[in-house]
Amino acid sequence: MPMDPADVPLNVYMHHLEHGRLAYQYSPAAGRAVFPPRLVCPFTGSDRFEWRISRGFGTVYSLTRIAPKELAPYCVALVDLDEGFRMMSRILPSGPREPRIGDRVRVKVGRLFDQGEMLPLFELEDAGHA
Amino acid sequence: MHEHRGASAIVGIAESDMGLVAQGLAPVDLMAQAVSRALADCGLGLRDVDGVFAAATQLRTPTLTLCEYLGLKPAVHDASNVGGSSFLFHLAHAHAALSEGRCEVAVIAYGSTQRSQGRATLGSVAPNPHETPFRPLLPVSAYALAAARHMHEFGTTREHLARVAVSARDWALLNPDAWEKTPLSVDDVLASRMVSSPLTVRDCCLVTDGGGAIVMTRAERAASLAQPPAYVLGHGGVLSHQNISQMPDLTVTGARESGRRAFAMAGMTPRDVQVAQLYDAFTINTILFLEDLGFCAKGEGGRFVADGHIAPGGSLPTNTSGGGLSYGHPGMFGIFTLIESVRQLRGAAGRRQVSGCTVALAHGNGGVLSSQATVILGRREAL
Repeated sequence: MPMDPADVPLNVYMHHLEHGRLAYQYSPAAGRAVFPPRLVCPFTGSDRFEWRISRGFGTVYSLTRIAPKELAPYCVALVDLDEGFRMMSRILPSGPREPRIGDRVRVKVGRLFDQGEMLPLFELEDAGHA
Repeated sequence: MHEHRGASAIVGIAESDMGLVAQGLAPVDLMAQAVSRALADCGLGLRDVDGVFAAATQLRTPTLTLCEYLGLKPAVHDASNVGGSSFLFHLAHAHAALSEGRCEVAVIAYGSTQRSQGRATLGSVAPNPHETPFRPLLPVSAYALAAARHMHEFGTTREHLARVAVSARDWALLNPDAWEKTPLSVDDVLASRMVSSPLTVRDCCLVTDGGGAIVMTRAERAASLAQPPAYVLGHGGVLSHQNISQMPDLTVTGARESGRRAFAMAGMTPRDVQVAQLYDAFTINTILFLEDLGFCAKGEGGRFVADGHIAPGGSLPTNTSGGGLSYGHPGMFGIFTLIESVRQLRGAAGRRQVSGCTVALAHGNGGVLSSQATVILGRREAL
């Protein structure tokens, strides 16, 4: 029987994002998170996953500021989520301080461009509370 | 020691036309030109070739293209593509085929017209829904992320990175075939346009045309050919990831394991190496590979470079052609790390010749630090 498109891991993930949630797979066999979403667990070979919703807090593992010739600079980062997985994202500008490696961040699901897809973006955890 | 250590050798080497090639030339023209020149270099001909290895950015099936062009029907062939390191993986596969008697004469070839035809001709990288939407400037941003983390963990500085570029340029100024012809200073690098922090345009490799080829055969036959053989003493290759967001530790590459395997097969340590060619797509690469291959401790690569070890006159002459940063970078540089290693072992490197060179190390990098391959070559005295 063909797979229901609604069960395709990428579609499940995107569906959660459309509702403002950052979802990830948890492999009970491996006892750890798996990201990005897939059909087979790379740690155990199991095809059984639980979908979980991240609390959205993490730490900046590395980051780079990209300065295109005719656009505003932006910050691409690798973020280690507290649930034990890493993802690429953007650190959104918030206040005068430049983001740094080691900064605590929290997810903010939104769009980078009009018409763009919903994406897990991040802002500094202390943004707006300084 | 490994049973096949020294069982095959690189006997012929050549570049195709390089830099900015004549309008109308195709990647396969440069591949074939390099193969033809490399065969002439060692006194063999097309009719001798029964092993064909090739990879390219602009050709989907490069061995088919090259074999049709040259009229070859090889017994052994391989178009593995794991990025710019592919040719060092090919060398390992050719070495095995030669050692086992599955072929007699193998050629490994590359050709690219990315500068003359424009980057639009390159096969586009498949979009990744977990990276592409954030618009990293790939590949440079991936290496920038590695550099930023290395700076954070070990105190590596932008000046250290700049010294890699300056050292490469100092070597290039000794190589009449290098693309870059003018001196470069640390201040020049620091003041150049920032592309993806901490990497400036001068921390990034060139974009040129070019091709290269090597010819390999078994050791017994190699000894009777026109050039001194560069024997394959050791090799090792590792695949660690595809996307930078999946690289477990951005400060430790697969070179640690590929180098360990290559040195184990050769029965050698980094102290036995007189000259190194480390694929320098970006300045951070040289620092990472110096550390991971064991030429200095983890985290010390920046200071090792700043102390002048890899520059002309240093204790470990590195990227003596000028490397991808200043000699030329036609998209996949791996083949050129092998060619320059052989040229140094032959004593044919002109003003940039490293004296007393009997063991050379070539290291290839592919993707975004994704594939790593190390090859140790030596003169007859090193067998």
